Amino acid sequence: MEVALFWVLAVAALAGGALVFRVASMARATFALLAALICVGGELVLLGLPYLGVVVVLMMVMEMVIMVVFMVAYMMNPGGLMPMSMLHNKRGALVISAGVFLALAAGILLVPWPAPAVVLPADTTFQLGESLMGGQMLTMMTLGFVLLSTMVGATALVSRRGRYDRYGDDLDRRPADDPAGGGVGR
Amino acid sequence: MSDAAPWWSVLAAPALLVALALLAVAADGVLSARAAGRPFALSAVARPLLEVPRLLVAQPRRLPAPDMPLWRIGVVTVPVAAVLSVMVVPFGPFAVSGLSVGLVWFNAMEVLTWAGLWLAGWGPNAAFSLVGGYRYLAQGLAYELPLMFALMTPGIGAQSLRVGDIAAAQGGLWFAVWMPVAFAVHLWSVLAFGFTGPFAYPAGGDIAGGVFGETSGPERLLLSAGRWLWLAAGSAMAVPLFLGGGAGPWLPGWAWSLVKTVAVLALLVWARGRLPMIRADRYMEVAWVVLLPLSVLQALVPALVVL
Repeated sequence: MEVALFWVLAVAALAGGALVFRVASMARATFALLAALICVGGELVLLGLPYLGVVVVLMMVMEMVIMVVFMVAYMMNPGGLMPMSMLHNKRGALVISAGVFLALAAGILLVPWPAPAVVLPADTTFQLGESLMGGQMLTMMTLGFVLLSTMVGATALVSRRGRYDRYGDDLDRRPADDPAGGGVGR
Repeated sequence: MSDAAPWWSVLAAPALLVALALLAVAADGVLSARAAGRPFALSAVARPLLEVPRLLVAQPRRLPAPDMPLWRIGVVTVPVAAVLSVMVVPFGPFAVSGLSVGLVWFNAMEVLTWAGLWLAGWGPNAAFSLVGGYRYLAQGLAYELPLMFALMTPGIGAQSLRVGDIAAAQGGLWFAVWMPVAFAVHLWSVLAFGFTGPFAYPAGGDIAGGVFGETSGPERLLLSAGRWLWLAAGSAMAVPLFLGGGAGPWLPGWAWSLVKTVAVLALLVWARGRLPMIRADRYMEVAWVVLLPLSVLQALVPALVVL
């Protein structure tokens, strides 16, 4: 039963991934990718990692829904009414993807796999939390700060208006002069 | 711990959710009849429910070049995600699924509504529908983070992501008492993911119904059902998270769950008719400048208590 489900999800994930490059509409491409990623989340649940699986679904839905806004905004022909191709730099892409596939496949065969655990861990979510907040805590904290400062920095760089535009030359204008008024009225 | 539920609970849970949603629709009909000054009559209850057969036989309308597959997927996703979300909500001692990460599951299903409503706005190939879809995303970005912290807070208090464990951890004191901010944010956000009341912005009258604008027939029925099902599902989830689940004197657990769910649902149905609609750009600042720091501080309280 579980093996059958594994294969169904695996084939569906690959089909969704392939569909991304077959459809002309940006909305369809994005949601084909989302379908593939939801199948990957299902695979993680099947592997006994329910937290990671459900979080992948949660985050990917949010990400893809935000991504579709940008895909529709930036790509030509967002609605797919004219034929277009999602394939660019075909030769280079083929070389890179073949190389990555071979490296990953070689990894599967060459890595010495640990012997199957005799007793399965009772709670993989707990294990994951312990690992993230124990041995890997420095990595996670560094990653978190790098991500946050990147987001704040990128937003500050693209924002044309600074505090002098909002509060005036002496920073004493109240309320602030904003193009769009917010609910707090600062 | 919640007991394993019998197999027919897979059918009973959606049926119960639909019944709660119908109850909410009927209550809303009575409230709006009273607000309009009409005398109380059975017709006030029946009028909104008569929409069901009318929509089922209505002739569907289509604009040129709609994206039918995406539209259908979007319209179906909203009610289906609502039904799937309650699979982890315990009803008394029983839950359809005692999933160990039930809290995250509920959150994931709620986020599926983002995809569903954007697709419902994209599908019909109409400007106002699409504006409605985009409005829901803007609103989602505003309400989602405070809601995530509000959901997380009882999980921290109970030291478990299983919804049954969270309900069982409130033996002494309901989480609503010492996590009032999280409780309020959760109730407030139920209105948001039900895109109703103050959060009816994606379906606003100023854009001719927004995501509802071009839907007709069974599609319109599914989308409006999704709205009420989410209101019922959010109320049902508030009970194990904040109101002690099925705990209570004299009555059995399932009865207490039902009573509490109906009480929360009644509050939300009343509130949705009383509150004005908020624009997403205004709510964004309230959510991120006021609600988000408050929710983080609220999550800190059980974290310190548990440590």
